[in-house]
Amino acid sequence: MSGTGARENVFPTRMALTNTKLRLKGAQTGHSLLAKKRDALTTRFRAILRKVDEAKRKMGRVMQLASFSLAEVTYATGDISYLVQEQAKSASFKVKAKQENVSGVVLPAFEVDRVPGTDFNLTGLGRGGQQVLRSKETYAKAVETLVELASLQTAFTILDEVIRATNRRVNAIEHVVIPKLDNTIKYIISELDEMDREEFFRLKKVQGKKKRDAEAAEAKKRALGEQEEKKLVDDDVGGGGGGDLLSSKDEDVIF
Amino acid sequence: MSTSSSSAKDRNLLAVIGDEDSITGLLLAGIGHINEQQKKNFLVVDAKTQISSIESAFQEFTERKDIAILLINQHIAEKIRPTVDKYQQAFPALLEIPSKDHPYDPSKDSVLKRVQKLFGD
Repeated sequence: MSGTGARENVFPTRMALTNTKLRLKGAQTGHSLLAKKRDALTTRFRAILRKVDEAKRKMGRVMQLASFSLAEVTYATGDISYLVQEQAKSASFKVKAKQENVSGVVLPAFEVDRVPGTDFNLTGLGRGGQQVLRSKETYAKAVETLVELASLQTAFTILDEVIRATNRRVNAIEHVVIPKLDNTIKYIISELDEMDREEFFRLKKVQGKKKRDAEAAEAKKRALGEQEEKKLVDDDVGGGGGGDLLSSKDEDVIF
Repeated sequence: MSTSSSSAKDRNLLAVIGDEDSITGLLLAGIGHINEQQKKNFLVVDAKTQISSIESAFQEFTERKDIAILLINQHIAEKIRPTVDKYQQAFPALLEIPSKDHPYDPSKDSVLKRVQKLFGD
């Protein structure tokens, strides 16, 4: 039924109908595009999800190794934590963000950006220099893993957000915009039909009236014609052909 | 998205909130940085550290514009769990790492929890 449900407030004309139909078409195209985008993102999301899970578990092992190497350092050199904390001035281990585009969504990915030749050269000078170096490398590797994991996780967070937004849009179009436009089209069509019927009825009425008028005129004309004819006949009769008149009168007149 | 991607460009530091050993190791790898305002990008947490100061360090690191990744020991994240769970931003990326004395427990990780939830549905 038309008129049920929400519809746009338009005047039911053919132009509005064309416009609304165009808009419905646009909404449907948009819907299918968004649905495609959502599918692409979800595929990507699933892959990242799996990688995040894996990487998190791997990180546990890597960090364990790193802690162990630090324990070696502590055993060989004694506590170096204070020294290290005091020497830290500027980072030699940085990250660089690069971007990746997944169907219109910019996903950042971090890259390790290491400056070689670092501080702490004097750490473990007395003893345990080897261990310090090794521990440094182990930790650097561990941090690389962490950076990788961080970029996965960032991608995860952003994708999650974007997928939600896309889902919202898809649902809004599917359940609000398209039904509304549908209702509007139905409303306009029913209104136009109604107008058509009215117009038809009116035409019929006019036609009927015209016919009646014509008939009346015809009847009048005919009546007039008949009269005329009669007169003519009378005239005819009165004029000549006396034999005819006598014979016709003969039947009625008894004498 | 454009704002986050443009701000991602100048984020190049890592920050740590952790116990002494984790910090030492990570600083050895070379992530330590002290900026012009003498602000460190790491916070050493020991048994005496107040939870409020961990919270404020967490807030500070997440609000700084030059930090790309924030590492936090899982047992410390556990202390400020509500704040950590509430944190949903993409930048800086928050990463819970295991420490020497506390092995990694995937079931407590706020991100992994979400991952599990999504896998579950």
